[in-house]
Amino acid sequence: MADVTQSGGAPRLSDMQATYMAQVSKRRLYSGITLLVFILLMVSGFRLAEERNGGSFIGGLDNFFDYPGEVVAEAVEKAGELPAHFVTFFPALLETVNIAAVSTLVGALAAVVLSLLSTRGLARFPRLVPVFRRIMDITRAVPEIVIALILIFVLGGGPVPAMIAIAFHTAGALGKLFSEVNENASLKPLEGLESVGATWSQRMMLGVVPQVAPNWLSYALMRFEINIRASAILGFVGAGGLGYELKNAISWGQGRYDEAAAMFLMLFATIILFDQLSSHFRDRLVHGRKVEMHR
Amino acid sequence: MSATSTNTKMTDTDALMAQTERLFQRKRMVAFGVPALILAYLVYVFFAFDVPGLMQRASAENARALVADTYSYKVHVTRDNRDGAVEVAIEGERKGEYPEGEGPEWVELGRDTVIDLGGGHVVIFGPETISYDVPGYGVIRATPSRSQGVMQEFPEGDLPEWINASKNRLAITTEAGRLSVTRNRAEVFRYFTGWELFFFTLDSPYHGMSVGQVLGRAFNGEAGEIWDDFWHNEMWRHSDVMWAIFETILMAFLGTMGAAIVALPIAFMAAKNFAPLKTVRFGFRRLFDFLRGVDALIWTIILTRAFGLGPLTGALAILLTDTGSFGKLFSEALENVDEKQIEGVQSTGAKPVQRYRFGVLPQVTPVLLSQVLYYLESNTRSATIIGAITGGGIGLLLTQAIITQKDWEEVTYYIVLIVLMVIFMDWVSGMLRRRLIQSDDAGH
Repeated sequence: MADVTQSGGAPRLSDMQATYMAQVSKRRLYSGITLLVFILLMVSGFRLAEERNGGSFIGGLDNFFDYPGEVVAEAVEKAGELPAHFVTFFPALLETVNIAAVSTLVGALAAVVLSLLSTRGLARFPRLVPVFRRIMDITRAVPEIVIALILIFVLGGGPVPAMIAIAFHTAGALGKLFSEVNENASLKPLEGLESVGATWSQRMMLGVVPQVAPNWLSYALMRFEINIRASAILGFVGAGGLGYELKNAISWGQGRYDEAAAMFLMLFATIILFDQLSSHFRDRLVHGRKVEMHR
Repeated sequence: MSATSTNTKMTDTDALMAQTERLFQRKRMVAFGVPALILAYLVYVFFAFDVPGLMQRASAENARALVADTYSYKVHVTRDNRDGAVEVAIEGERKGEYPEGEGPEWVELGRDTVIDLGGGHVVIFGPETISYDVPGYGVIRATPSRSQGVMQEFPEGDLPEWINASKNRLAITTEAGRLSVTRNRAEVFRYFTGWELFFFTLDSPYHGMSVGQVLGRAFNGEAGEIWDDFWHNEMWRHSDVMWAIFETILMAFLGTMGAAIVALPIAFMAAKNFAPLKTVRFGFRRLFDFLRGVDALIWTIILTRAFGLGPLTGALAILLTDTGSFGKLFSEALENVDEKQIEGVQSTGAKPVQRYRFGVLPQVTPVLLSQVLYYLESNTRSATIIGAITGGGIGLLLTQAIITQKDWEEVTYYIVLIVLMVIFMDWVSGMLRRRLIQSDDAGH
């Protein structure tokens, strides 16, 4: 660059080009370093994790299909008993889905209140907005398993601890999404309602909820999908439902793999089913709103 | 539809009226029907989950012990009645035992052991008789003997309910502490607020020093020893706990990033504009659905059989599930790319790889990165749960501490750390998201 400036003021283009190339190479260097650091982190991370693991990665790959193979083999052998297993474990599956449904419902109701209280412009107590935001941050940060295990100790095993735990987390997670939706709501209906003397809850019910309900519902459906998985996994640590039955079946080992296989299938089918249902209804919610907007 | 002649105007209004009426009726139905349905469902669940039975089974005692233990600890003073040896130990644990012949200042060891519980409550372990002076009540005496159980003497009057006496056992619970006497031993608990020995254990020379003193020692060249004593605290195991937190974050990081790396090339095969063959597209989409549908729980079970317990298994379970999620999200993002940019790059004579690198990737990186970072935060929570099953990270420590059902202060410690960890990851991911996406916007 120094050469270019010395050779006179005329070649501005080459000056610019040189600056540009220097910037590009600097940029490439930075991206290269970032990539290198990332690769190093990944490789050393995997090696560290493998070191701390019970079995090695390569050794595991060899018998990766052993266990699924055994399960499938036994399930095929006793294929005739599968329908009976479906019937036996249906109540457990229902419990898992119920846990997810109730916790989504309760969590979403709490999230509605929390989100309205923590959106600027809508809040009942504007000074307390940061407080409610922190409350949501904390409820969101607590993994379900923490509350579930503690409540299992106090209340004993069963679906209720899992339900409360998932609802707690849902309230925070949905609350954040809901308040993002609320921020985009128009304040004009609120002003209108306020001018005729509506109370805060009336303003919210009549002014905000109709504007944001489709988006709320769409997020709640997505959460329901996530909560079914959470409810199954919590069952595995002792909170009832299909997860609990699954744990019992697989800890018995060979001989009850047909039951495990039946439960794998049921869980898989349920997750896929609610996945599809929820994405279908979410599509319709968003689509339906667009049609209304055209009118 | 609209009125074109005056004759039809009346009927039109009528029709409109009827329509409005119907609309209102429907609204009313929804306004009452939906809450009624929700209520009915909740009532059904109330009984399906057996809430009344649960309320009977719920243990208020457990809850009280749990809450009390999270912010307080107890010191046990135990006398073996057969040989008269007295031991003082924090939480009754070997790790918290005072050296023989020593104790805190409120315990006076000697021929008679005098234990001052504060507020005028004094327990004396005599050679034969144990006495407890309760202010406002009187002195209770108990003499354990081999042949006759525990002989007890109380002040005049009925036994209050905080004394639980039987032939072989005496238990007294007051606001100052607890005394229990059996034939074999006498034990006093005194409760204190706080987390015991959080920084240094009793065998450390720094135990009982004030912050100023410790800082002073640290500046005098003892910083290394002080850190060592704190870091290898046997009671709280700070180094192990930090390692477990690191392991959990490692699982989340490896799983999320690994999934992104695996999913990115495959996502091209599932995107409409990059995979013209419908069967290929269909196949890959079903693969993603399968990976997602099997769910982390089942992957964890299967992988544990193959790879054993540990963090790698957890990371791989997250990797497999999220490859499905990312595959779906990435392919949707790829379907939304603007063809014009790719054409522009192509017009300069770029080869296919270059076209992807300069035409496609810059468009999708912000979307992909923001999704990956969002998943990184949520996977930190998943890694805690998966760790409890695969035996890695803070999830394992937490379940172990809960299963022992007594170290609730450690459980609280872990929970606080987990919440801080998740908030930290949330913060990191939010910061990176803002920074990377903004710089990317500026760069292109």
